Amino acid sequence: MSANVAVVRFPGTNCEFDVAEAVTALGGEPTIVFHDEVSLGSADSVVIAGGFAHGDYLRPGAIARFSPIMEAVSRFALEGGAVIGICNGFQVLCESHLLPGALQKNAGLRFKCGTARLRVESNRSALTEQCDVGDELDIPINHFEGNYTCSEETLAELRDNDRIVLRYVENPNGSVDDIAGICNEGRNVVGLMPHPERACNPLLGSNDGVPLMRSLLESALASA
Amino acid sequence: MSSDVTDQPTHRALGLTDDEYEDIRTTLGRDPNHLELAMYSVMWSEHCSYKSSRVHLRRLPSEGDHVLVGPGEGAGVLDVGDGIAAAIRIESHNHPSAIEPYQGAATGVGGILRDIFSMGARPIAVMDPLRFGPLDDPRSRWVAEGVVAGVSGYGNSVGVPTVGGETVFDPTYAENPLVNVLCLGLMPAERLVLGRAEGPGNLAVLLGSATGRDGIGGVSVLASAGFSDAEADADKRPSVQVGDPFEEKRLIEACLELLEGDLAVGVQDLGGAGITCATAETAAKGGSGMDVFVRAIPTREPHMEPFEVMTSESQERMLAIVEPERLDEVLAIAARWEIRATVVGRVTDTGQLRVIDSDGTDVGEVAEVLADVPARSLEDEAPLYHREMAVPADFDARRADSPDALACEDAGADLLEMLADTSWVWSQYDHMLFLNTVTPPGADAAVLRLKHPGTGEDTSRALAMSTDGNHLWCAVDPRRGAAMTVVESVMNLATVGARPLAMVNCLNFGNPEHPEVMWQLSEAVDGFTEALDAFGVPCVGGNVSLYNESRGSDIDPTPVIGMLGMVDRLVARPPGPTLVEGGRLVLVGALPGTDGGDLLAGSRWAAQQGSRGTGNLCEPDFGALEVVAAAVRDLVGGQAVPAGAIVGVHDVAEGGVGLALAEMVARSGEGATIARIEDHRALFAESPGRAVLCVDPEHLSEVLAVLEERGVPTQRIGVAGGDRLSVKGLFDLEVAQVTSRWSSALPDALDRGTTQG
Repeated sequence: MSANVAVVRFPGTNCEFDVAEAVTALGGEPTIVFHDEVSLGSADSVVIAGGFAHGDYLRPGAIARFSPIMEAVSRFALEGGAVIGICNGFQVLCESHLLPGALQKNAGLRFKCGTARLRVESNRSALTEQCDVGDELDIPINHFEGNYTCSEETLAELRDNDRIVLRYVENPNGSVDDIAGICNEGRNVVGLMPHPERACNPLLGSNDGVPLMRSLLESALASA
Repeated sequence: MSSDVTDQPTHRALGLTDDEYEDIRTTLGRDPNHLELAMYSVMWSEHCSYKSSRVHLRRLPSEGDHVLVGPGEGAGVLDVGDGIAAAIRIESHNHPSAIEPYQGAATGVGGILRDIFSMGARPIAVMDPLRFGPLDDPRSRWVAEGVVAGVSGYGNSVGVPTVGGETVFDPTYAENPLVNVLCLGLMPAERLVLGRAEGPGNLAVLLGSATGRDGIGGVSVLASAGFSDAEADADKRPSVQVGDPFEEKRLIEACLELLEGDLAVGVQDLGGAGITCATAETAAKGGSGMDVFVRAIPTREPHMEPFEVMTSESQERMLAIVEPERLDEVLAIAARWEIRATVVGRVTDTGQLRVIDSDGTDVGEVAEVLADVPARSLEDEAPLYHREMAVPADFDARRADSPDALACEDAGADLLEMLADTSWVWSQYDHMLFLNTVTPPGADAAVLRLKHPGTGEDTSRALAMSTDGNHLWCAVDPRRGAAMTVVESVMNLATVGARPLAMVNCLNFGNPEHPEVMWQLSEAVDGFTEALDAFGVPCVGGNVSLYNESRGSDIDPTPVIGMLGMVDRLVARPPGPTLVEGGRLVLVGALPGTDGGDLLAGSRWAAQQGSRGTGNLCEPDFGALEVVAAAVRDLVGGQAVPAGAIVGVHDVAEGGVGLALAEMVARSGEGATIARIEDHRALFAESPGRAVLCVDPEHLSEVLAVLEERGVPTQRIGVAGGDRLSVKGLFDLEVAQVTSRWSSALPDALDRGTTQG
């Protein structure tokens, strides 16, 4: 049985087919779901792919949270389904209050595309179950607003509850506590700025995204 | 311009000559009205008609079995096998970028993307060859920052990766930066669409942004010529085209969906000369005519005059030719992608382009015909100029002034000065989107996995691309300089295991009314032609940017090329310009004989010594270079020796063997001990068609055997490893010095602050 992964496409999303390619390569079945739809169909899990949803106008993710599909995504998440927000998708999840905090402009005020080394801080999440704590992964980043920030209370909560899933080994954007990815209380919703789908083929420079994408497929099946 | 423009006849104020005006009168058999004149003035402009360069461009070879579409369409299109067609084009956006760097560069990206997706291809990669004034000039830094931010801001958001390019800083571009942009797109071969308006009764549907008063620029002198009332004139503020990448992204998706569903007969982008150009071109190429309902065109502001609507260069617009029965489907796709779609015209069989004062609902009855001209006359009948050419007066004197005679005091210091890591630029670009980028920017050529654009199936092959230009070579001798540029591109492709498929060029030159500039252009075209003929590579498209001058001084001639290549079997990432400890360093390819040539002519080193444009370039031996390139290609691609035998490779061009070695050291952090480089001339000579190989010692004898068997001139020059880069008898540097200078050169300069001068 293969996992059915819904990949959400807003106008301005641009990584949806990359995620689909990586999911397919690992044996999953991706379905692109346009933002004006109201149902996720028979999805076992959801990926909100990177890009510039609605042109990132106003703020990244600020308009996307009002797209019709987001109601279905919220329901799916509240019911315990695995929802992963990559890059712009992380921003959408924060704007939708499915994850706490916000992503502000990078320290240095420049767009950054390159490869960052991440450390797995928790393997209790829909994205990291197949990893070991302490694993180091080389995963591409590609963002202008990737500098995670939150209140001190939220940060304490994230730390105390093992909800910081991935940290940068060398912080590229100024994010608080070197945070690269976090999860919700239920551990089924994960947002991260780096792009695991870009690291699933040695020809592209790294295969380190594979355990992350596999975790997603496994958790999809677990929740199905 | 000496006299007040208001004293001139209108046609001169619009940039048309008296002879051109007479041509228009002859064509029409009457005096043109103001709107018609405005339309001719934009279509017959240098930018749209190539009237100064066309007689030269015709000499470039453009044929090949794999060429599906050659020059003259939106983009060149090549059959790359497995049912895949590749569309490629290069363009300049030099002048807008000089005035408003961010938007100039951004709209340059937007424009080239439309050229590609109007052919039915999805744009998959952009490359940006950029040239700015020197880094110690604050205004040049401001331009550089703005241009890079514009490419980044637009390209990233529109969702097309920028996978390479060039970044050059030189005083010749201080007032006139060069912002060229190349785009590659892929489509299933059967989807190829051409911008044709065929089938009388078919509808012209304008997709995308509303039309505003932006980019009317040159035409704004119309106001002074008394076209409209004073109140409206007051509104015609000068304005810059402003790009909206989100609009463009939706336009791409909508247009590709429309073409996938076979819902359009033809699609044309709106670029220079706006709706006039799109309607005239589609009608002329379709052998038909068109009625344009000027009142139907959505405008961004009230009270726009027909000439403004017809010549506006507002961004993010496309024209689709649609059969009436498919209109509803087209409108539905547009609605889904939230883009505007409006019927603004109808194809006719008259051959005339008519502009009608109507919104299309009352056609042909009471509406006034505002313009009525043969479509073909706008598109094809612009005058061709054989402009005067002259060898520069100082040509012989410069040739006699050999830079080889200059003494070199500290080769190590001179070398350090040349080093600059360009990642400051390309780390601001998304260069990985679409999961194709095997070799990212910073290497000799970009390598992109080739997947079928319809099915996504991997072909196990790859496309490679390199952009190259060298104004210092071309300042010495535009003919040999251009030929050497082609050689460099061929070698760049070879270093990633690719063979050349086709070239596109962007001819950046000064004022064509200067006979020396036309001579440079003509010589450069001949140099390209010689080299392309020798390598059997067609030129499938080009762009010409003239009037790159300031304060009466022309830029150095800067023909820039983009070369597309094919990696026939992609088994591993190419090693790239790097070193591995213990690797044996082999220099392949020979310096040309010095009969009549100067090793350092046109070199970066000579320019550093203040000797520019001097000496004679050595004549390239294309046959010998082809042998070297083929050997490098087969060694790197794993055809001639086991994959992995070559652990590093870098072409030798700007900065010579010295810079090639230093860059390999900087990128790897490994040192190198080098001997057998005779003197500073051999170190800094730039004659292309050579490469430095770093060979796994276990495979050294095999590699040398292949090179010998193929008759490739080969020199073992040293070994990689250690913490020093030393060249016996010339210099000895710490690796740390090399890497620190390399990685800090651009950040130190560009993060230092700028000024809007």
